[in-house]
Amino acid sequence: MFRDAVASVGEVGRSPARRDGSEKVTGRALYLDDIQFPGQWWGRTVRSRVAHGVIKSVRLDPAFDWRGIVCVTARDIPGENVVHLIEDDQPCLADGRVRHCEEPIALLASNDRERLEEAVEHVRVEIEALEPVLDPLKSSRVFKELLIERNVEALPAVFASADRVIEGTYLVGHQEQMYIEPNAVCATPGEDGAMTLHGSMQCPFYVHRALQRLLRLDERKIAVIQTVTGGGFGGKEEYPSMIACHAALLARKAGHPVKMVYRRDEDVAATTKRHPAIVKHKTAVARDGALLGCEIEIVMDGGAYCTLSPVVASRGVLHAGGAYRWPACRIAGRVVATHTPPNGAFRGFGVPQTIFAMEAQMERIAAELGIDPLKLRQKNAYVLGDQTPTGQTLNWSVAAQEVLDAAAARSQFAEKSARFSAAKNGRRRRGIGLSLALHGAGFTGAGEVKLKSRAGVELTARGARVLSSSTDIGQGTITIFAQMAADALGVSMDDVEVAAPDSSRLPDSGPTVASRTCMVVGGTIEKAARQMGRVLSAYAAGCYGVPEGSVSCRGGVFFDGSRALAPFATIAERYLRDLGELRVIEQYAQPPGIEWDEQNYRGDAYVCFGWAATAVEVTVDLDTGEVQVDRVVQACDVGKAIHPILCAGQIEGGVVQALGYALLEELVLKDGRVVNSRMQNYVIPTSLDAPAIEAILIENPYPHGPQGAKGLGELPMDGPAPAVAAAIFNATGALVPQLPITPERLLSMLEARK
Amino acid sequence: MKLSLTVNGQPRSAEVPPLKRLLDVLREDLALTGTKEGCGEGECGACSVLLDGELVNSCLVPACQAAQAEVATIEGLCNPDGQPGPLQRTFLECGAAQCGICTPGMIVAAHCFLKTDEPASEQRIREALAGNLCRCTGYQKIVDAVRLEARAAR
Repeated sequence: MFRDAVASVGEVGRSPARRDGSEKVTGRALYLDDIQFPGQWWGRTVRSRVAHGVIKSVRLDPAFDWRGIVCVTARDIPGENVVHLIEDDQPCLADGRVRHCEEPIALLASNDRERLEEAVEHVRVEIEALEPVLDPLKSSRVFKELLIERNVEALPAVFASADRVIEGTYLVGHQEQMYIEPNAVCATPGEDGAMTLHGSMQCPFYVHRALQRLLRLDERKIAVIQTVTGGGFGGKEEYPSMIACHAALLARKAGHPVKMVYRRDEDVAATTKRHPAIVKHKTAVARDGALLGCEIEIVMDGGAYCTLSPVVASRGVLHAGGAYRWPACRIAGRVVATHTPPNGAFRGFGVPQTIFAMEAQMERIAAELGIDPLKLRQKNAYVLGDQTPTGQTLNWSVAAQEVLDAAAARSQFAEKSARFSAAKNGRRRRGIGLSLALHGAGFTGAGEVKLKSRAGVELTARGARVLSSSTDIGQGTITIFAQMAADALGVSMDDVEVAAPDSSRLPDSGPTVASRTCMVVGGTIEKAARQMGRVLSAYAAGCYGVPEGSVSCRGGVFFDGSRALAPFATIAERYLRDLGELRVIEQYAQPPGIEWDEQNYRGDAYVCFGWAATAVEVTVDLDTGEVQVDRVVQACDVGKAIHPILCAGQIEGGVVQALGYALLEELVLKDGRVVNSRMQNYVIPTSLDAPAIEAILIENPYPHGPQGAKGLGELPMDGPAPAVAAAIFNATGALVPQLPITPERLLSMLEARK
Repeated sequence: MKLSLTVNGQPRSAEVPPLKRLLDVLREDLALTGTKEGCGEGECGACSVLLDGELVNSCLVPACQAAQAEVATIEGLCNPDGQPGPLQRTFLECGAAQCGICTPGMIVAAHCFLKTDEPASEQRIREALAGNLCRCTGYQKIVDAVRLEARAAR
């Protein structure tokens, strides 16, 4: 149900079957656990059962037969005992102290899986428990503090003179990524300490660098190869470095390949989650609905180690004011440590938390002022030329109004909202709600410049091969890269291969995160392919004795003006024979005029934003508190839909993850330990929980993106949860300020209103 | 025990412990790795196969229960040349597979539903697939694919 993109002459804008599709639908695709590594052993992890404590001893039960089992502790680490990321504060194996439940303490490997399972129970870990800090509001350890101020000296007067000042506090919990393929790697030791690591992952170079530090190895002795990856959603951004380090230590000691595949309960209990957050809003508004100023305070729970928390909090803070003009504002955030498993990347990366708060606050404002929530948003949403809280002027590709209009029209928001509000009979009530969200594409601020990500193409006898380390984790990377390179070269995508990510052979394209793959890496590939096209055109011109400037390749044929010279393959073969290989690697360059002041959080936080409006229709059972989602319409501005079916797939999948966040998914911790670590008790949406979803693709081009494209991956996740809250508000009159909106929470609010 | 069974129409046998999971028998003893494991407790459906025509989670079926049974797996739904069969092709064309880890089980479940004479309404399709979790697609394109395939088959 997606709108077909604007007709296109090339590959971009069409929706060919995904590149890896045949293997996936036939069951031939080899995920890590499908591969037998010759002589492979299995690895398991011994973990802490307490949230905070001092390790007194780690002993192997003398009564157990340890023959054929290898045990690794922190003492076996040849390099630094860290999982390298931002702060290097997280040990690969706990050394002396544990700071969260499930923290890895020791590792075991064997070629006998049954005995290995038994052996795990025979490692005696003695820990002297210390008092854990589990409440982020009581934590004194701050990973990062952030502050955005705009016209802040005017704020006191704004609040004093505003028609209304409206306050609200919003709470969101953890969310588990719940990729269906658990974390899985296999480390294979080579000669001279070399290490090859195959695994399910988003970011081969994160793993590569982590192994370098841990093993104290030259970078050329490490190869990290991504295997077909069964979902990531951020959950395989940084965590694979941990499990890869573990497998490598075991493989090094065992002298065998060691495969580690997490059990589901282990994966849920031990690996990173979406950060819980507490968000407070204080908003000054005029009677007519104009937003005059705000104060927003955000506290995120980072868990026991830093991981990516500073960046998650940063993105959360940068999006906390939503897609609205703020004449004056103060947005403060901090992310703190608790003795719980570290939180990390998850699609949206801090934004679903703060957008939920902002959009729920908009509902509250609309209700208190008696203004239609759609009109309130339309009145305040960004238009071209507006400035964001960091002072960034939105000079291009602003589609906040467009997506709002599209979602409102398709969902018949105005008509239904009025109808549902008026119908207050019966115990089953219907409601409709709307939200608006934005998502900055690519790394924040100077992040992309610092990354210096590289990608390119090399000539093949038929066409080209794309060279990048961006991973396909289901979103369609390899398919869209082939499309974009094909159009830039003027050939069919059937003649473009995409190399499989291998950190020892391919350029570092930066991590596959942050809605950056299509826009940043795709754009870099497009640039490289164009350059290759110029080189070949010049070569073809020389071959046929025609002027260089008039030769170009279209539809797989080189032309001199309108006269066909030769098929691409003919020129390619001749070039390879006469001149040898042709490889063009480009480095991403920020568009001109983008400036970011990291110290003061001022300037251009993102090169552009994606925009999304979501309309959700629900039916609420007033007796049970159950909420059924009947329909979702989401309009997303993607700049240019490179592959409309894949775009719609991102929207539909992101929406349903967000519906889980809104209504179902609640991680329960007791004394810092996850107690619902199974799919039976941490429930994600099934096909029956998911409604029909209508994805509307809006194309408001980003002038510096590949054919106008910008990031999409995370955007669909940001807005549905507050739209659900708004729909329930419309149906029942109760605005639940906390996710997930469980029947218990909703019923207790309905009770309290009586 | 010596396990004898029919897999995708072929007689197969293996020497296995009687309580070994059918999932592991398929993957390890018969080298049919198209059937996946997502949870190991019958929740996600990634290991769905047909056991004497019935949809089961092969992680919950002990080998002894599959003795002399007919098992159908994702590999059996391919064309004889190994290329995608009709239902698999429809999944592919509709964009119903993303990361692909749930896809084999999902297709087996869809195949099981399509064998029945039930009308392929959106609601019935969603019910038939409710035992198979997908975290990527939001199910929309999977439902679309099954509806399309049902229409093509009639």
